[in-house]
Amino acid sequence: MGRLSVELCGTELENPVIPASGTYGFGYEFAEYYDINILGTFSFKGTTREPRFGNPSPRIAETPSGMLNAVGLQNPGVEKVISEELPRLKKVFHKPVMANVSGFSLEEYTEVCQRLDKEEQVGWLEVNISCPNVHGGGMSFGTEPRSAAEVTRAVKQVTTKPVIMKLSPNVSDIGEIAAACEEAGADGISLINTLLSMRIDLRTGKPLLKNVTGGLSGPAVFPVALRMVYQAAKAVKIPVIGLGGVDSAETVLEMMMAGATAVQVGAANLVDPFVCKKIIEDLPVTMDKYGIKNIKDIIGGAQV
Amino acid sequence: MKQGIFTVQSNKGLTDNVFEIKLTGDASGITGCGQFVNILIEGFYLRRPISVCDLNGDTLTLVYKAVGRGTEKLSAMLPGEKLDLLTGLGNGYDLSPSGGAPLLIGGGVGVPPMYLLAKELISQGKTVLVILGFNTKSEVFYEEEFRSLGADVRVTTVDGSYGAKGFVTNIMNEKAYSYFYCCGPEPMLRAVYRESKTSGQFSFERRMGCGFGACMGCSCKTIAGSKRICREGPVLCKEEILWED
Repeated sequence: MGRLSVELCGTELENPVIPASGTYGFGYEFAEYYDINILGTFSFKGTTREPRFGNPSPRIAETPSGMLNAVGLQNPGVEKVISEELPRLKKVFHKPVMANVSGFSLEEYTEVCQRLDKEEQVGWLEVNISCPNVHGGGMSFGTEPRSAAEVTRAVKQVTTKPVIMKLSPNVSDIGEIAAACEEAGADGISLINTLLSMRIDLRTGKPLLKNVTGGLSGPAVFPVALRMVYQAAKAVKIPVIGLGGVDSAETVLEMMMAGATAVQVGAANLVDPFVCKKIIEDLPVTMDKYGIKNIKDIIGGAQV
Repeated sequence: MKQGIFTVQSNKGLTDNVFEIKLTGDASGITGCGQFVNILIEGFYLRRPISVCDLNGDTLTLVYKAVGRGTEKLSAMLPGEKLDLLTGLGNGYDLSPSGGAPLLIGGGVGVPPMYLLAKELISQGKTVLVILGFNTKSEVFYEEEFRSLGADVRVTTVDGSYGAKGFVTNIMNEKAYSYFYCCGPEPMLRAVYRESKTSGQFSFERRMGCGFGACMGCSCKTIAGSKRICREGPVLCKEEILWED
C-alpha cells in the first residue's frame, strides 16, 4: 500500500489518477508513449450497443482555457469492443479497466452492461447518463433524479461489478441526483461530464460546431467541477470520482480535498499526451510540499 | 510521435499572411512527408496542427497561414524563442505508387506539404510536375523553391493576375502524369477528384482536438469505414474517399 493508493468500490488503486472516457481511446494509443500500467486505471471510450460514427464535423472548438467537443459518442459498438478492443488492450494494460457505457434507452444501457459484465478485464462499469451531445438519450437520463435512479436500478440488476453513475453538471441540484443514484444502488458516482456550451464563428456568423452545441471541458471548468464534487460528496456516502479540468498534481489534491476518492483527467490528455504520467510523478513531491503523508487521508478534508 | 522543445531560427512573411518558420530540435519523430506537427502556442489551449514543409536533419520548416489569434501569435515569434511540438503525426504520403511522372497539386496553404514530397520524389529520379494554385498574384509563394528542386512548375491564379488564369483543374490534364498528389481547400480537392485521370492521394484538413488519435474529433467516413484524419489520415487514397453531403 503506497502513499498514493486509494480504494475504489472494493478495488485497490495504486494511485487515484484515471484518464477520463473519450480522451484516452482504448488505451493503446497512449501505450505507444508510456507504460500505461502506472495509472490507477482508465475509463475507456463510451460504448453503445450499436457502432456509432458520431456527429458531423466540425466537432471540436477552442475556448479560453478549454475546448468544446460534440463528438457524439463515436465508438465501434459493444460487440467489437469485446471482440477487438479488449483483447488488444489486454496486451498493454494488466489492471482492471473502467468500462464506460452509454445508451439511448433503459434496454440499451442494461444490454451493454450485461455484456461487459462478463468481461474479466472490466473492474467497474461507469454509466454515462450525462452526454450532452446526443439526442434522445445521454444527458436526458441524468438531469432528473427519477430517471437517473431508474437507469441505476436497471443496470444494477444485470451486473455484479461496481456501478459508477457519471453525472451531468447541467442540473440545478447535483446533490439530489447523486442521492437518487445512491439510493437506487449505485456503488459510486463520477462527475462532472462536460458543460453544455457553444461558440459562434464571426466570419460565417454561424455556430462553430456543426452540432450547434457541445460540451465544455478543460481548466475553464475546474472551479465549477470542484464545487459540484464538493456538493455531491456531501450528499452521498458512496465514493465520488472527481473530474473536470484536472491537469496537475495540485488539482488532483484539490478534487480529493473536496471529497473525491479518485480523480479523472480528461481534456488535458489531448493537449499533453504525457500529462497523467507527469501528474503521477509529481504527486509525491506535491504532497510533501503540503505535508500530506497518505493521499487517502485528505479525501473530503475540505468539507465544512 | 514524439514530444519535443524546438527553437525558432527564423520566422518570415512570404505573403501578407503566409509565414515560413524554421525550427531546430529533435525531429526524429518525423518519418515521412505529408505528416504534420502539433504546436502548443502560449495562451491557447489546443495545439495548432501544421504540415511539414521541409526537413533537413534537425531543422524543420513549416509554412503556415495566420488565420486566427493563435497563428497570428505564432507569426510574431522571434529567433531564439521556444515551442513545444508533437512531431511525426499522421500517415503521410505513400510514394510507392507514384510512377515515373507524378503530378503534385497544391492550393494556397496546401502548397507546403508538396515541397518535401517533390524533393523526395525528385531524389528518387522521378520527373515531377507541380501545379500551384492561388487566388491572386500577391498570394503566390514557393514557386522558385520548387523550381530549384528541379520540378516542372506551373502556377494558376483565379483572377489571372499571375500564371495561368483559373483553377488548377483548368491545366492539370494538359500534360500526361502517372499519378497525382493533392493538398488544398476542400472545393479544390473535390474538383481534382472529378477531373483526375489517374489514381492519387489527397491530404485533408480538419479541426482537431489532440492530433494523435485520442479524441475522435476529426473522424471522417471513408469506403473503408471511419478514419481519423490525424491518425489514419491526413492522406487518403482517391479510391477510399466518401465526400460528405
